[in-house]
Order: sequence, then C-alpha cells, then structure tokens
Amino acid sequence: MPKVKVDGVELEVPAGATVLQACELAGKEIPRFCYHERLSIAGNCRMCLVEVKPGPPKPQASCALPATDGQEIRTDSEMVKKAREGVMEFLLINHPLDCPICDQGGECDLQDQSVAYGRGGSRYHEHKRAVTEKYMGPLIKTQMTRCIHCTRCVRFSEEVAGVDEIGALYRGESMQITTYLEHAAKHEMSANVIDLCPVGALTSRPYAYEARPWELKKTLGIDVSDATGSNIRIDARGREVLRVLPRNNDDVNEEWLSDKARFQIDGLTKRRLDKPYLRRDGKLVAVTWNEAFAALSTLNPGASIAAVAGDMVDCETMFAAKALVGALGSSLLEGRQTGMNYATANLAAVNFNTTLNDIESADTILIVGSMVRWEAPTVNVRLRKAVKRGAKVFLIGPEWETTFGGEFIGDDLSVLGNLPGHVSNALGQAKRPAVIVGGAALGRGGLEAALGLAGQFKLVRTLEDGSAWNGFNVLHMAASRMGGLMLGYAQEGGIADLVAAKPKVLISLGADEVDYAGFAGSMIVYIGHHGDKGAHAADVILPASAYTEKAGTYVSTEGRVQFADKAVFAPGDAREDWTILRALADAFGVTVGFDSFDELRAAMIAAVPALGIEGLAGYGKALPAGGGSASGAIVYPIKDFYMTNPIARASATMQRCSAELLHGEEFAEAAE
Amino acid sequence: MALADKDRIFTNVYGYQPWNLKEAQARGAWDNTKALIERGRDAIIDEMKASGLRGRGGAGFPTGMKWSFMPKQPPLDQNGNPKPSFLVINADESEPGSCKDREIIRHDPHMLLEGALVAGFAMGARAAYIYIRGEYIREAETLFAARDEAYAAGLLGRNASGSGYDFDVFVHRGAGAYICGEETAMIESLEGKKGQPRLKPPFPAGAGLYGCPTTVNNVESIAVAPTILRRGASWFSSFGRENNKGTKLFQISGHVNRPCVVEEEMSIPFSELIERHCGGIRGGRDNLLAVIPGGSSVPLVPSAEIWDAPMDFDGLKAVGSGLGTAAVIVMDKSTDIVRAISRLSYFYKHESCGQCTPCREGTGWMWRVMERLRTGDAHVEEIDMLQQVTKQVEGHTICALGDAAAWPIQGLIKHFRPEIERRIEERHGSLQEAAE
Repeated sequence: MPKVKVDGVELEVPAGATVLQACELAGKEIPRFCYHERLSIAGNCRMCLVEVKPGPPKPQASCALPATDGQEIRTDSEMVKKAREGVMEFLLINHPLDCPICDQGGECDLQDQSVAYGRGGSRYHEHKRAVTEKYMGPLIKTQMTRCIHCTRCVRFSEEVAGVDEIGALYRGESMQITTYLEHAAKHEMSANVIDLCPVGALTSRPYAYEARPWELKKTLGIDVSDATGSNIRIDARGREVLRVLPRNNDDVNEEWLSDKARFQIDGLTKRRLDKPYLRRDGKLVAVTWNEAFAALSTLNPGASIAAVAGDMVDCETMFAAKALVGALGSSLLEGRQTGMNYATANLAAVNFNTTLNDIESADTILIVGSMVRWEAPTVNVRLRKAVKRGAKVFLIGPEWETTFGGEFIGDDLSVLGNLPGHVSNALGQAKRPAVIVGGAALGRGGLEAALGLAGQFKLVRTLEDGSAWNGFNVLHMAASRMGGLMLGYAQEGGIADLVAAKPKVLISLGADEVDYAGFAGSMIVYIGHHGDKGAHAADVILPASAYTEKAGTYVSTEGRVQFADKAVFAPGDAREDWTILRALADAFGVTVGFDSFDELRAAMIAAVPALGIEGLAGYGKALPAGGGSASGAIVYPIKDFYMTNPIARASATMQRCSAELLHGEEFAEAAE
Repeated sequence: MALADKDRIFTNVYGYQPWNLKEAQARGAWDNTKALIERGRDAIIDEMKASGLRGRGGAGFPTGMKWSFMPKQPPLDQNGNPKPSFLVINADESEPGSCKDREIIRHDPHMLLEGALVAGFAMGARAAYIYIRGEYIREAETLFAARDEAYAAGLLGRNASGSGYDFDVFVHRGAGAYICGEETAMIESLEGKKGQPRLKPPFPAGAGLYGCPTTVNNVESIAVAPTILRRGASWFSSFGRENNKGTKLFQISGHVNRPCVVEEEMSIPFSELIERHCGGIRGGRDNLLAVIPGGSSVPLVPSAEIWDAPMDFDGLKAVGSGLGTAAVIVMDKSTDIVRAISRLSYFYKHESCGQCTPCREGTGWMWRVMERLRTGDAHVEEIDMLQQVTKQVEGHTICALGDAAAWPIQGLIKHFRPEIERRIEERHGSLQEAAE
C-alpha cells in the first residue's frame, strides 16, 4: 500500500492504483475525457495532468501514472492550472460552438469542464475544422465535427463489445472517428458509445432534439427486455418515456445496456391497449370498464380457471393473479409459455448460480444451447472478460459469431452425454468450471443431462481460498421467469397441464408467446399493454401497464430480487395490473386479501419472504442429481434480436434495426 | 585534427564500392563475427558502455546502458512459457535534413546486419526487425538483397555465423508516417496497428513488440557496434569530448558549397566541419544567417553562436539547441527564415498522429499563426501568444513530437523576433496607406 501526498494531505492508496485514483481517494476532482474506469487507459486527452514529484519537471498524465510510495502530487499548483487551461483551449479551438442545438447540452463533459477549468475566452482566430458526416446506423447519431478524439468509443467496441466496428482514420488534425466504411454499428451493445462519448459527437438518434436533460423526470427502473435485470434509469417528460439509460450496478449490468433495452421504449406509445375490449360476434369491440366487468361477472368460472404469465410481468402482478386463481380454488398457474416442463422443485437447478459477476472469474465454461449475444448481451460482455482473463469456452449449439472466440463442439444435445476428450479434460482440470444452459437446451432432457455434468465435474465446490463456487447456470430470457417460478407459476407438465385441464377462464398476463389454439374452449381474459398476439386471441382485453408504468419486483436469471419504480402513467383507460386483478376478484365474487399495492406487496412477501429482500434470493447449494441422456438438434429460440417482445415489436426504432441490421435493408437518409 | 581515413567506420559511405557481401567482407564486415559473439553478452555490453557511444537517433541515450536494460531472464507469458525478446532497428529516417541511415543502408548494409546480430545477441533477442522508411524504395531493395545474401552465407538464421546462436532479421517497410520513427509508435506499426506512440511506462524493455521485451535502436548505433567491438572501446572513446565520444555521420545540407554526408569526430567545431568538408558557406562566412544543427526538430542557432560551437550533444545544448541526428541545415542570408520555420510547422502539423490533444490541435494552430507571421498579417501580441501556445504543447504530450513541433518556433522567436515584428509593421504600414 503506497503512501502518497496529494496537495499536502498524506494518504494510503491500494497497490496498483493510478495517480488519478489516488487523487480521487483524496477527494480531489481530476478532469478527464479519455479516461474511463471500464476501458483501457489511453492517456490521450491530456486533461488529467497533475504535478508529481519526484519526476520530470513537467505535468504528468495522472490516469496513466502508477501511484508509488513517497509521491508528492499537486492538483492545485500554477503548473497544473496552466496545463488544464492549455489542454481545454486546444480541445475547444476546433470544437463547434453549437451547444444550443447539441443534444449533449446540459450533460456534456466538455461544457462542464470548460466552465470549471477553461480560460473563459478563445485566442484562436483561424478557421475551425469541419468533419464530414458519418453514418453509424439507426441508433447512433453522429456529428463528428464535435469529436474530441478521446477514443472511448473505439476502445469500447474493441475491448468491451469485442467487435472492430469503430476506429480512427487519418492522422493529426484530420483524424476522424468512424465505423469501417461507414457501415452501421451492428453490435447489440453499440449504443453504449452514446453514453461514453463525453461530447455531442455520438448522440442518440431516436432521442435527437427531443428534450433537455433538466426537463426530464428520472425514475429508477429495471429492464425487462431480457432476464438479466439490467438496472436502468427511465427519463420521462409528462406522460412519455423519452429515453432509458443504464444505471451503474457492478453486480448486474456494470454500466452497459443492450440496444433493445435502451431503444424499445418508443414502442410504449404504439399499438397500446388503452381501453377494454370485449369479443362480440367474433369481433373485438371497445367497451367501458363497467361493461367489461359486468360481462366478466356473469362467467362464474369456479375452480375452472387458470393463469398464464407473460415474459415481462412483475412479481406483484403474478402474485395478485395467483391470489385470485387461488381464491377461486384453482392452482393452475404457468409462466413457461412455450411448453417447457423442466422440474422446478429445486430452483438452484434453474438459476444462474455463479452470478453474473463471478462468471468473469470462471476458467472453463461450457455453454449449452444459448446464443448469449442475443439472449443476454450483458452476460456476453462478462464472458468476453472471462476469456480475456484466460478462460476457455466451449459451446454446444449451431455456430454464432461470438465476440470471445470459443470452440463449437457440436449442435446436438447428445454431445452433452459424449463430450470430446479435450473438453472433459479441460472441465475436469478447471479450478472454476462453469456450465451455462440456455433456453434452447432446457427441454428434451438437456437440463438433466447438464445437471449430470454438474455432478461429474463437481461444479459445486469450495475454492482454494475457502469461498463457495457454484458453476451451474441456467440463462433465461424472460424477465418474469425466476419470479414466476418462485411464485409457483409452473406445472409439472408445463402449459400442457393447463390445456389438458380445459379451464373455463384463462387469465393471460401479457402472455404473447402462448399457442392459444389449445385454449379454444376457454374464455381468454388478456391483461396486458400491447395489441400483440395475446390480444388477438383474447375474448376480453383489460388494458394494463407496461414496465415503466408500474412499480414492481423483478427477479433476474441469477435470482436477484430488484425493485422498480413507476415512471409514468399508463395511457388512456389502462390501469395498473394489480388493480385490474383486484377488481376482477370483485367481479368473480371472491376476496383476495389486499386493497392497496402495499397490502399486496406485504401479502406477497409473507408468502415468499425472499421477494422482500433486495439482492440474491439464494436457492441453496444443493443441485439435483440429474443425469440421463439428451438428444435433439439445438435451435435457438430468438430469431430476431430486435423483435423479442411486444414492446420491441411495436417500436419503430427496433423495426428499423431489424430491417437494416439483420435483414440488410437500406434506408435513404432524409436530407437535413 | 580531422578524422583519419584509417579511423573511419563507414568506409563505403560515398558508395565508391559495391555494397554486396563479398566487397563488404573485403572491407572488414562479417570478419569472424563468431569471435565477437563468443565474448558473451556481458562483455559486449560492458565494451559498449566503455566506448561511450550515445544513441545516434537523436535523444543520445547511452547505447550500452540501453542494451543492459533488457532482462537477463525472460519474463513468462500467461501459460508460463518464456517470452522472446526483440531488437527493433529504427530505419524510419524521416526527420527533415537527416540522410545518414540511408547512406548506410545503400552502401554498407552488411555493417547494419552484422550489428543487428551482435546487438541482438548482447540483449538476448530472438530476432531483429528493421523498420525501414516507406519512401526508401531502392534502399529497401538493397537491404532485402543484403539480408538474403547473409542468410545464404549462413551469417544469419539458424546458428548465425557459426556462433550457435539462432537469430533472424526481418525487414519491414513503413508506409510513410514520420511518427512511426518514434520507438513505441514503431512497435505499434510493426504489430499492424495505427502508428501511434504508446504511453510510457511500461517501457519497451519491459513490454514492447507483442508485449515482449524490446529495444529500439537507430541504424547508426547498431551499425557501428561491430567495429567498436573489434577495435576496442578505448579506440572509439579516443574521439570527441568527454560524454560525447566517438565518430558520427554528419549530414550537411542547405546553403553550403558542397552538401554532403561525412563521418567525422564528435565535437568537431561547426566551422571546421563546414570549411573542411562542404567547401564553406555559400557566399562566405558573413553570408551565414542561421543553422539548424540537428534536424528539423531542434531550435535554430544564429550564425554568431554556432560558428565556433563544438558539434556534439553538450556543445549544442549550450547554445540552446541539440545535436539530434547531426543533420545540419545551413541557411544563408537569402533565406526567408520565417517561411522556413513555417514550412517545418506545416510538416509537424501534417505528421502529428492525432492521438493526444495538445499536439493534434496545437500543431495546426501554430502553423496557421506562422503562416500569418510569414506575411505579416498578424498583431505583435500574437508573437507572444504563439510563444505561449508552443509552451502549452511542449511537455504536455505523450511523445516528443509535440516538443519537436514547438522548438523550431521557440528558436525563431528567440533569435528572430525583430524580423517578425518588422514584417508585421511593414504590412500594417502598407495597409494604412491603401486605406487613406
């Protein structure tokens, strides 16, 4: 632990810290543009210059200088002030003064630091540089004249995303940041460069000219576009969500967010169900709430009722529906819409036990039937980090373009029972082995066979340092999955049990992936927010709220319980889901035991205490034995990354991404 | 006392004889190289240290000491295997005024190749990469051919020169970027990346080419090594002043009667160098205006101060400049000195890699102001502003290109400020007349 002096104050800093980190520990703000905690050190903006003794008699870039014992660092000397003013002046001489029309305005590092460290006037009277427009795809809007060449975007795409999409052309003043041949950035995390860009060179295209940051109400939420539970901040003005940004959470999404989570939100205003509908003579007709409930109260389903949960619903909604179904005497609940029927007695067998954070430290990873890039982009980033640390990755499934190398060892589940020699050797010798089972491998004996491997290679073990290691992981794709399983949304035979029961009434909680043909004889009550497949099949539509419009509890694929707040009100006559279910209880003439959201949540926590505690739920270490054989070709369930849920399908931005980035359609740019 | 012919290291620098292996061997190259290698790593490095050879690429870092920084025990990679070490030879001679490496490669390539083997052995390198400037097309052809000759003769490759040491030499052609002459940018370029200097630390001796220990040396530093070892450190250090030992290739261009590349003793006075080898200043001594004594990146020195200055690292430092690569650019009184320096500013603006802010933005700014100063289209205060801008660039950048861009301008302002002010006044005077 080296001891350094920062502006005369002595302090101890962790070994390996840089001078910049030492200054931050001492509470000194060091201005920077190129330095970013999660990227490699470039040291090219020269904004973080400080005076360091001993050393050459010139200011040093603190981001790249290791803190060593006995250093005397000054951040407040005349030399440092001069150096910062100088660099700031250089940065601004070729930066356009177009802040009034720049989307970064108000949250621009260059603005802030120019005010704090600049000299307040320019001595530059020559012509400014202009850079021709670049095209980076439908999500990233470019204005490269504003670029200050910090290369954060280049380093992000190279190091974190793992694709060589963005780079620099030419040199000196003529240096330009661009994508290769101006192709669109195609990686599913590409839009993170918008957050990384310290100036207005890379901004959000869908959000262009929409709002200023100070107009927005910021709400903390949880993303539901995949099962990783990315932490998000929902920025809304009035009743409209204008943008979604990632929140820092080292345990979950670090500070990245997938493009879908970020940009599907324009789908929240399209194809919305904003009034109740009843099917009359085969046609859905808009009605009032009273008419809808009047019609429902005549149903008298008795115990012949079932509920199926969609992929994006929160735990409260599922619990409210469970309470309603239970009050009527039924326990027919299911959330696995596509017919999965894996055993759920021990949730550790279907959980991402290693945790998203620790998977980085695995040294041998076997991925079975998961196209991680599309199913959980933030996990893909973690896998890349693991490989960078030296992990070996083997994959079973049809080949996809990984960003971390890895070896594909077959595309059939039968490989599980017959691993190639070098793979089983690697797993056998690994200190921290991990198996990741994706959605495509959960059925047909895949999960059990993988559990068999877990026993064979002792995936659950105690590490040398005494900490526990559980290397068995299931990577889900639905945000509601783990919460649903905790609430009992699983039948032994899967959704087939519901079909076989021929319920009189089927409550569909935003379930859009169900094959409703099996429920032809049931009265389908759809409680959801988008006019998608579920609504088409419904007999009664009760308009509900999307994830931004209600508070809720979500459990991620690693069993992490997280709470989201309500950002905006649902449109039109739509209500929060739990209020609809509560009213439905009245219509069916039963009591469910709650009259407010707080009472609902209290009842839910009483039933499942783990849902009341933020953090990992913890399903125990013991895994079921598993074993048996699996066979069948693996087919990844996601055919189109941008079209996986009703919100994304309604989103013009996602539709454009799908057409342009996946299907190669070309779009003419409107002349500005 | 001038350098006697018997003491010349580069005996074919004028190209009077062919460069090929047979002729080179007749001149003494590759003469029992095995014996040199058999002295052992430490003995070679000690001899080089004792010779007082300072790096010939411009910075003047003691060569023997640089070689001794290479690890004796190779560091291990991720899998526990030892990493190889590399020697990188900087033949990316792009500094305006410099042309010595070119003469060595053209006419004495085998001295370089033999030096590569000896130096590479001394630092435990597995291979040498010679990074040759892209514009040196004929020179590269010669170098490729010379390397093939050496391989065919068993002087390089497996069991190089019968020494039992395996050593390869690769010649890599640059693509025309001045910045790739900076050692870490050269390493980046060799790795196939954009030629941009790296941050130091880590220094190349710790993590250089492909993350392996690497030493980057100038062509001349490497090419003189075998001769130093053969003739002894005491012979080499008998030339020049203390701390500035040896012989050196001087490249005199500009307004002298006979521009030339010549090997001379270090510390030879400027006047003697010019009078003896270049036939004097064009138009006589009184016609001398200023000299840039070490290639474009050192400040110029006005005639009065340079005339008796010894041409070595310390002597030129004393007159506010530097030896650099010993590329002496002589300018007589017909020179538009502001334009000359402005042209250099344009060069640095053009060659800045664009990585770090002060250099990327500053070089363009300085050039634009210089262009206005050239015509006098400026205010007197802007001279001070320009001086401040150069100070804002100098010492604030990753590599030394920022310094190199700043120094010529600082030299100009220091010595020729009256000339700049005269131009400004002249132009302002003419404008006023026109307005009235």
